[in-house]
Amino acid sequence: MVTPESAGWEPSVAQAIIDEYKSKPGALLPILHALQDRFDWIPDGVIPMIAQALQVTRAEVHGVVSFYHHFRTHEPGRHVVEVCRAEACQARGARALEAHAKASLGVDYHQTTADNNITLEPVYCLGNCACGPSVRVGDEIHANVDAAEFDALVDALRTERVEVLG
Amino acid sequence: MSIRIYVPSDTTARALGADRIAAALPKLAAEQGVELEIRRNGTRGLYWLEPLLEVETESGRYGFGPVKLRDLDSLLAAKFWLGEGVEHPLALGLVEEIPYLKKQQRLTFARLGITDPLSLDDYQAHNGFKGLRNALALSGQAIVDAVKESGLRGRGGAAFPTGIKWQTVADAPAAQKYIVCNADEGDSGTFADRLVMECDPFMLIEGMTIAGLAVGATQGYIYCRSEYPLAVKNLNAAIETAVANQLLGEDILGSGRSFQLEVRMGAGAYICGEETSLLESLEGKRGLVRAKPPLPALVGLFGQPTVVNNVLSLAAVPFILDQGAQAYADCGMGRSRGTLPFQLAGNVKQGGLVELAFGPSLRELMFDFGGGTFNRRPLRAVQVGGPLGAYLPESQWDTPLDYEEFAKVGAVLGHGGVVMFDDSVDMSEQARFSMEFCVAESCGKCTPCRIGSTRGVEVIDRIRAGQNVDNNLALLADLCDTMLVGSLCAMGGMTPIPVQSAVKHFAEDFRTNAVEEA
Ligand SMILES: Cc1cc2nc3c(=O)[nH]c(=O)nc-3n(C[C@H](O)[C@H](O)[C@H](O)COP(=O)(O)O)c2cc1C
Ligand code: SF4
Ligand code: FES
Repeated sequence: MVTPESAGWEPSVAQAIIDEYKSKPGALLPILHALQDRFDWIPDGVIPMIAQALQVTRAEVHGVVSFYHHFRTHEPGRHVVEVCRAEACQARGARALEAHAKASLGVDYHQTTADNNITLEPVYCLGNCACGPSVRVGDEIHANVDAAEFDALVDALRTERVEVLG
Repeated sequence: MSIRIYVPSDTTARALGADRIAAALPKLAAEQGVELEIRRNGTRGLYWLEPLLEVETESGRYGFGPVKLRDLDSLLAAKFWLGEGVEHPLALGLVEEIPYLKKQQRLTFARLGITDPLSLDDYQAHNGFKGLRNALALSGQAIVDAVKESGLRGRGGAAFPTGIKWQTVADAPAAQKYIVCNADEGDSGTFADRLVMECDPFMLIEGMTIAGLAVGATQGYIYCRSEYPLAVKNLNAAIETAVANQLLGEDILGSGRSFQLEVRMGAGAYICGEETSLLESLEGKRGLVRAKPPLPALVGLFGQPTVVNNVLSLAAVPFILDQGAQAYADCGMGRSRGTLPFQLAGNVKQGGLVELAFGPSLRELMFDFGGGTFNRRPLRAVQVGGPLGAYLPESQWDTPLDYEEFAKVGAVLGHGGVVMFDDSVDMSEQARFSMEFCVAESCGKCTPCRIGSTRGVEVIDRIRAGQNVDNNLALLADLCDTMLVGSLCAMGGMTPIPVQSAVKHFAEDFRTNAVEEA
């Protein structure tokens, strides 16, 4: 979760992360993961820093960032809510859930609610396929999520935000 | 003496509230003067019973489930901690006597839900690291021979004989070779790899180390999908413990042999489950599929000879080296030897992990184990083998669970995922999704896959809208043929399988809006 203090990204922190991983074989994905774990997204400004550290072109780094669905090139809302769209969840009502999620939040996939609270993302399977529909928030997975459960989850996230802001 | 209660800790049990129960139960019990020791096991994989509490007693473990927070008071009032003879609506008796579990052949998943995933003592008390100890006394060739004799075929989908792959890598001269574990488990309806990593991570470490000894590789990578944060966490913890106990790393058990292991995370790309795309990704590149040949066994990670195996293939190896190749080969039918951990998912009453020797029918799996649908509506279609697998209609449910028998009906077993759909399913919508998924996940290297799938979505949309249905169905068939023959890998090459099976076996769903054409 991004608190207001860490909402930006500091180049010195990014550089330290890049330096920590750059000598691993095939370092680019580990670097991108570490950056996104820290900042919640991959800010444009880190691309030249990575390119220089790994001796590759900016275009190559950019190509990798854009290839993988997991890496975000826009700052997300305070919480990222991922709704499983895959077959096993479809068989248990995921299509209705996804429609409800979009309508109730007033956003489409990859968009953030007007209050900057929730970014909605699709995901293809969370490995919870016997108890879907499945939703992931942060590193937590929720099972058997119907519309009511989804609303409760979102409410809890909104309340949490109030607590954070004090 | 305190009473020991097991509370599961895998992703699904947690998603169903197991952590809240593990936190609340000892407090509530203490208020009544009962001291409960909570241990976290993995899960038995009987998901309709999760969270499944188990009470340890002299006569075995007694189960209670599915437990919700609100059940704790009545469980305590019924003195559930006595285990035997407790009367409570959630009482299940001895867990190991539950038919769903008892009727399975758990070779790979022998420890599942019994042990604490991160306890090395638990692992070793249940045959853990015996296979590795045996392997350390054998030549690399003898290990490869054992895997060949077991008849083990790759569990990632293509069912290629594991021993033959290992032989190729063993015979390739190189200063550095690699063992890469494919833990991308992208198929919807599958979670067996996740169960290995979350609930029995030492088994994967042991299997990979044995593979390293067999082919002469000293470095291994586990490429785990980013959708599995708990798997990554448990693997890293288990690796640390294994290294600290000289079971991994330098000079394993004083043998002078070494094997290093590192977990790498994928980044939400289904195609990175394809082995060459995975290798590109591990090298820090976009996951573009490589042309074969050369085989990864000869020119793999960083250009070196590389074993790429699915989690379940590697996880089967400790059993083979411990109990013997024959014990594994004794299970199964025809050329499908050993067991396949099936995963019952979707609209199923009793979803979960069902490890079975090859041979029973799909129907037995879905009804004897699965108990039919979750919402009691009639079962209509079943997709076996992930998003690139066929949809099977009832006329095919008696097909034996065997690689060759499935191939005969134009289907695949793949990684063993079984996704059940009731009669409310619209198969034209499922076919559309298969194409849409291919659009989203194609690596983009070849036109039939990249453009073909986009066209596929459009054509199916027209069919669903009732426009020129016959012509558009013919167009769809052509498109599928083009993808089938013109794609570099199975992403484009197999997407037609679910689409064509839907059209063939559920034709009426493609004509719902069709107007009679003159
Ligand atoms: C599109 C696509 C996705 C795949 N996804 C996976 C996967 O998630 N896990 C896996 O083990 N194999 C997957 N495979 C199969 C691998 O390419 C490869 O055959 C396998 O890792 C070899 O290991 P095995 O012999 O132990 O099965 C996929 C193949 C394709 C074409
Ligand atoms: S078939 Fe699709 S995924 Fe496979 S190489 Fe071609 S474009 Fe890439
Ligand atoms: S299909 Fe949704 S969790 Fe697997």
